[in-house]
Amino acid sequence: MSRSPSFLRRSLDSDLVWRLRQAPAAVLSACVLVVMVVCAVAAPLIAPHTPFDPGTLNLMDSRLPPAWVQGGSATYLLGTDEQGRDVLSTIFYGMRISLAVGVAAVLLSVVIGVTLGLIAGWFGGWVDTLIMRLGDVQLSFPTIMIAFFIDGIAKAVMPPDLNQATRFYVVILAIGVADWVQFARTVRAATMIEKNRDYAAAARLSRVPGIRILFTHVLPNTLGPVIILATLGLGVAILTEAILSFLGLGMPPTQPSLGALIRVGNDLLLSGEWWISMFPGLALVLLVLSVNIFGDWLRDALNPRLK
Amino acid sequence: MITLVLRRLGSVLLVMLVVSGMSFLIFNYLGDPVNNILGVNASLNEREELRRTLGLDQPSYVQFWHFLQRAVVGDFGISYRNRLPVLELILSRLPATVELVMCATVLALGVGIPMGVYCALRPKGAFSRLLQMISLVGISIPQFLIGMLLILIFSVELRWLSAFGRGEVVQIGWWSTGLLTDSGRKALIMPVITLAVFQISMIMRLVQGEMQEVMRADFIKFARARGLTDRSVHLRHALRNSLLPVVTVVGMQIGSLIAFAIVCEAVFQWPGVGLLILQAIEYADFPVMAAYLAMVGFGFAMINLTVDMIYLFIDPRMRRG
Repeated sequence: MSRSPSFLRRSLDSDLVWRLRQAPAAVLSACVLVVMVVCAVAAPLIAPHTPFDPGTLNLMDSRLPPAWVQGGSATYLLGTDEQGRDVLSTIFYGMRISLAVGVAAVLLSVVIGVTLGLIAGWFGGWVDTLIMRLGDVQLSFPTIMIAFFIDGIAKAVMPPDLNQATRFYVVILAIGVADWVQFARTVRAATMIEKNRDYAAAARLSRVPGIRILFTHVLPNTLGPVIILATLGLGVAILTEAILSFLGLGMPPTQPSLGALIRVGNDLLLSGEWWISMFPGLALVLLVLSVNIFGDWLRDALNPRLK
Repeated sequence: MITLVLRRLGSVLLVMLVVSGMSFLIFNYLGDPVNNILGVNASLNEREELRRTLGLDQPSYVQFWHFLQRAVVGDFGISYRNRLPVLELILSRLPATVELVMCATVLALGVGIPMGVYCALRPKGAFSRLLQMISLVGISIPQFLIGMLLILIFSVELRWLSAFGRGEVVQIGWWSTGLLTDSGRKALIMPVITLAVFQISMIMRLVQGEMQEVMRADFIKFARARGLTDRSVHLRHALRNSLLPVVTVVGMQIGSLIAFAIVCEAVFQWPGVGLLILQAIEYADFPVMAAYLAMVGFGFAMINLTVDMIYLFIDPRMRRG
């Protein structure tokens, strides 16, 4: 980033910032998002306790209600779970994993989708038909179903310890593979338009190799809609991970995401210990809601035609 | 129009081919059909013998063909865990899931469409804004949380409804229904609401968006100019024309309802197909997984085909395409 004041001046005057000022809900959701990301990234520094270090846990402190409920303790603001882990701290760490899985899964979808979309749009012919047909077949299933199957089969096939060790990557893979089609479709359509534009023809005439035209000229011009789709996809990815984890197919209890925390709390719901599941649930809703609101706003702001 | 129908049938066949291929891979290569039948303690000779009678020594494409032949008549082998024929297991669980999904769809349409119409006619009204906010939350809140909140309020705090199971069911032939008993109907309430909240929000937003679009069209102005009542303009002209995309989305949503029913069944321990598949994954019960995949794939393909046909039927413009 440039340090010159003129740059700051220009960014404040930019169209995007002006639009942001017009939309208080988007500003609020962006702020919530920033706070949650900071809490997640800095979890080891700011979490009041270290919930995954068994040495610091005290079973005497298990199942304590939140501080403001009778029987609660000020040390554990949002109460503790059945192992005596501080709920607030597990939420910070849980958000870290939820966000990491969500972002990585969306990136994977983007990489797969953009690559296949570029190939389909650039080469056309049977390659195009093959890729897009494959996409059609996949689209006749809901995303969650595909992620569920990939994840479920992986879990059923692998022995338990290997399963435990690779869970993080398997979940990312399952969600990432389940959601590539929308990116491929967008990029393919854009590529087919861009490759026939004058600038591409000019590059071809000056003997720039095809592959370089594709990556340095066509690719950047297809990425605008991809960014919007990716923002909206992040909410879906975080939610999908939470669902998989809630079903016991996602992150293990030793390395819990928000969904896995809710699963643990669900078993204790009937005995009245609501805080163990409801606070992670609230964090999940806040996270997904602010991603969705911000993504909606971004789509409208960057694409005036939709208004 | 016939080419269009044939093209759709072609793509359905393609989907079914891919799905049954994957189902075959799970059944034959992940699961071990020989162990499935003989158990792990059988001798080597017995195994060889069975491999030959099952045709496992033949090339894969022949095996795939046999798999398809058996799948068409519903023979997916025997569950590892329950030692029962897979088809029987799934059919015994199917009514619970179908009842859940159907009730949720009816509720979603019955509540979502009127809400959408109301918001489209008075987009600036206070009540509309409230509904819109609720629907935004409805789309963002995960289903299992809605279910857990309902359990917390109505089972734990108020003790009105039972948090688990289907209640009493009545057998009609092989179909079991909970709709005919009091406890069965009561047990349906929370799972159905849980499953329907997302669909209600979705349908409401969709109807509202489409209808606002249609209300700006010229033919609405002409209808008003002809002196038709508001009611007739809104319902007979505007709503009708905004329902087309709703049909498509509802079709797709029934598909995803089947997927989300798994979550809902897990929350309420609802004895449907979703709970069955979760247990199958837990115990690496591959025949059940293969059969579920094949049946779900078939179900989705049929839903998509039906939606396309309805579309052709109600929108004459499509027939020319």
